[in-house]
Amino acid sequence: MKKLLTWLCCAFLVAMSGCGQPQKASNQIEVWHWMTDRQEALEFLAQQYEKETGIKVKLELFAPSDAYSQKVIAAAQANVLPDIYGILDKKAIFASFIKAGYVADLTPEFKADNGAWEKAIFPKALDNNRFVEGNVDGIGPGIYGVPIDVTNIQLVYNRNLLKKAGIIKPPQTFDEFLAQIGALKRVGVTPFVSGFGEMWLLDCFVSNYAFNIMGENKVFATFRGEVPYTDPDWIKVFGVFQTLAKKGAFIEGIVTKGNKYAEQDFALERAAFAFNGSWCVNVYHDMNPALDYGVTALPVMNPAKPMKMWGGAGSSFVVNNNSTNKDKAIVFLKWLTAKEQQSILAEKTNNLPANRAAMSSLSKVLADFAKIVDSTTHPAIWPLNEDPLVVEAFDKGIQAIIIGEATPEKVAKDVQQVKEHQMGKKAQRSL
Amino acid sequence: MFGNKYVIESFAKNTFIHIFLMVVTVSCLFPIFWMVRSSLMTNATIFVDHALLPKELHWQNYAIAWTKGNFGVYFLNSMIYTVSVVFGIVLVSSLAAYAFSRLQFPGRNVLFIMFVAAMMVPLPGSFVPLFVLMNKLHLANTRIGYIFCMINVGLSVSILLLKTFFDKMSPDLENAARIDGCNRIQIWWHVALPLAAPAIAVIVIYNSLNVWNEYILATLLLNDKGLMPLQRGLMVFNGAYQVDYPVLMAGLTMTAVPIIVVYLIMQRHIVKGLSSGAIVG
Amino acid sequence: MTSFMEPRVVSLKPLDAFKNFLFVLPAVLIFSIFYIYPFIELIRLSLHQWQGIGPMAFVGLQNFKELASDQVWWQSMGHAFYITIIALTFQNALAFSLALACDREIRLKRFYRVVFFIPPVLSEVVVGIVWNWILNAGTQNGQNIGLLNHFLVQSGLPNLVHNWLSDPKTALTCIAIVHSWKGFGWGFILLLAGLQTIDRQLYEAAKVDGAGSWSTFWNVTIPMMLPVIMVVVILTILGSMQVFVLILSLVNQGLVYHTEVPVTRILWSMSGTNQFGYACAQAVILGIILVIVSFTLKKLSNYMKQA
Repeated sequence: MKKLLTWLCCAFLVAMSGCGQPQKASNQIEVWHWMTDRQEALEFLAQQYEKETGIKVKLELFAPSDAYSQKVIAAAQANVLPDIYGILDKKAIFASFIKAGYVADLTPEFKADNGAWEKAIFPKALDNNRFVEGNVDGIGPGIYGVPIDVTNIQLVYNRNLLKKAGIIKPPQTFDEFLAQIGALKRVGVTPFVSGFGEMWLLDCFVSNYAFNIMGENKVFATFRGEVPYTDPDWIKVFGVFQTLAKKGAFIEGIVTKGNKYAEQDFALERAAFAFNGSWCVNVYHDMNPALDYGVTALPVMNPAKPMKMWGGAGSSFVVNNNSTNKDKAIVFLKWLTAKEQQSILAEKTNNLPANRAAMSSLSKVLADFAKIVDSTTHPAIWPLNEDPLVVEAFDKGIQAIIIGEATPEKVAKDVQQVKEHQMGKKAQRSL
Repeated sequence: MFGNKYVIESFAKNTFIHIFLMVVTVSCLFPIFWMVRSSLMTNATIFVDHALLPKELHWQNYAIAWTKGNFGVYFLNSMIYTVSVVFGIVLVSSLAAYAFSRLQFPGRNVLFIMFVAAMMVPLPGSFVPLFVLMNKLHLANTRIGYIFCMINVGLSVSILLLKTFFDKMSPDLENAARIDGCNRIQIWWHVALPLAAPAIAVIVIYNSLNVWNEYILATLLLNDKGLMPLQRGLMVFNGAYQVDYPVLMAGLTMTAVPIIVVYLIMQRHIVKGLSSGAIVG
Repeated sequence: MTSFMEPRVVSLKPLDAFKNFLFVLPAVLIFSIFYIYPFIELIRLSLHQWQGIGPMAFVGLQNFKELASDQVWWQSMGHAFYITIIALTFQNALAFSLALACDREIRLKRFYRVVFFIPPVLSEVVVGIVWNWILNAGTQNGQNIGLLNHFLVQSGLPNLVHNWLSDPKTALTCIAIVHSWKGFGWGFILLLAGLQTIDRQLYEAAKVDGAGSWSTFWNVTIPMMLPVIMVVVILTILGSMQVFVLILSLVNQGLVYHTEVPVTRILWSMSGTNQFGYACAQAVILGIILVIVSFTLKKLSNYMKQA
């Protein structure tokens, strides 16, 4: 016992002496990121960069993304942010970071050389990081972040399972979708799976249909409070879920399913359709390399309005405005988004590159995902976003519809109630 | 006749107890069995192959987990953190618990209530102010800072547990030592601590587990890879979108082993019993 | 039964009091720096409106007023209470009976002692994956994917097959059971440690007096174990009221509001709606409720001891 104690004492003293902060070299850029699947590729590129320019790029990975966000906020509070980091939050929070002076305005860099950098990157990806003239957050117009990849969320379908039900092409219209669901159920195949236990994914699906059914202007008008959620068009949106649920389209337990489990289900051929993002290519390949699947947009409900899928910048970096190595950081990001590096990243990690010129060497399915890169939409590029509390009531209401606990009309009323409560609070605050 | 009935009753009771124990045992062993089994498979077969033992044993998953997850460094860090924090907590909390139980001083009750109440307020939002404070004290991104934070995390429960055990102990031995001329510290070290060995073993286990599995505070407080604990290494396989299940399971298995070893060593002390009134060591 | 070194009648010399205080000084120091300061900040933040970054706006008790009428919050509190009740009964009954069983001289005692502590040691990742698989309600090619449903069908009870985690009626109970399964190991070793410190002579004396096993249990074991039982009860309540990782891994953010608990609501306030001040107010209220519950229990146990 005594020996153990003395040993512990020594360990304690050793630990005490093991403190000390590393020196911050001037020839070094510090990058904080959250992309676990890209750590290796980024390390590889960092080493290459050091060979080419002599500047050391220190990559630190903090995962999962919630822990990363917390860390960034804490570091901002203490003003110890690194040279390059990411803001994984809503546009409004992005705006707050800019207002607090933690984000460098990169517009001059993008516009330099006749806009060379700006032209090389997909416009939609830049739009995620752009604040336009007269935006609701009150930020001066410009580009404040650098996307290093793009992504989008579409409907994937298992060709084998569809064939089993006698279906050759994926559905183009909602009615076709319903018919195919019926056919699939008749041969004992679960039609549809998605990670609807995660609210953002549910939100994406429902907003795609909202835009399709009533057009985006009416949706934005609803956010502004000019159109109530009890409007017949919104009831139609909620009705989509009631219809699908009644038809038995959803896999068992879809409202408690995380996206990782949904991906498992699709990879293991437990469902014919899945709603997932371009990152799924990697996952499916790992779990079931023989999976034969294709990509398509969601089946259209209203032919008069477009069906726009969510997409845009996948991961973006910002530069710390207070950093002493600001210029070096910007140079590094320019290098990272150049054609060669983007090709390497795309190859090693199976993600869509942000640089248009690097699109040549993609796998077939990934290339299918890439077809809509120029026509996506995303909350970060909308003129305004709905209050998060209303969004929560909205998404939870849809979950209730899916499990049969509520009707579209009731959910509409509940959401409108929350909306009016929030609008009242906002009016009070601005007084 | 009476004797037979007693034997049957006792036999039935024992059988029932054993069946009960077996059922619970199976439910406890199943996940660990699944974890080890999965660590020897591949991502493609892990959820599909339902055989009890996989056909191919991919032992290389362990090597991959160790190298790709940089386990060497993280392992060392986790050991340093766990040993230091546990040592610190046992020292600090046993002193405090002994005082709360046996010694008089002004504010004794108030302070004890404060410690107990501290367990009850979850501090999720307080991580940010804690980080700011640590920065001001120049303790952020240092081992010492993290160690002290973790000592604080386990302090309340440890004090409560130890005080309960000290209260239960009969003061005879302590009184005898006092008559023999021992001062407070000597009584604490030679009499109270050994008698409370079961309780101390429990808090060693409790805090070891907490520190070994801790992740959020480490992510928040530490920047450099070189200071990170084991859980950080595991995160590499548990990506936001993609999970390398078999390698993750291999990593988790390796992570679980030291803690089980700690438990095996400590649980012997829990069941030493009163017959070991003799001082240990 | 506490007993003091110095009898209370004699007045305390200042030097003695100081020396005694030195014992708790390290703990108090660490506590003040690493707990009190963030705690004060927590209270301060709860009186503000803040997004986590940018300016803070002082709003007084507004957050608390809103919290009082937040139906989802109080529902989540009820859910946590439900899980706690199940943990207090099911989990602790299991822990106590197992501790009793292992306190006797039975074979494989050491084996059981190790096995029962495995669930607490297991990482939450593994627990989440395994129990998700067990409670899965999906089917593939007519076969049940989840182990429990599969087992029920094989045992000839297909009527009991159920969507355990996605039915509001059963989801919370399943979560409570998994939580109890993961936690009973702690109660087990605490209670075992307590049982081991009971003087064997008391048991001998009871046997000599002719007491049967049940009577011994009630009149010797329980009274001697009361303080340890009280600690286990308090720790169970604290642990169950603050559960959340398990919920996220079993049902994610799902099932409408039926599986929300206070801590998931706090996390949602922080990262989902970016309302730090409100999250702090929620944490404060949760803390106050837990303090009230624990101290009521302590008073009850003191009263029982005297009775």
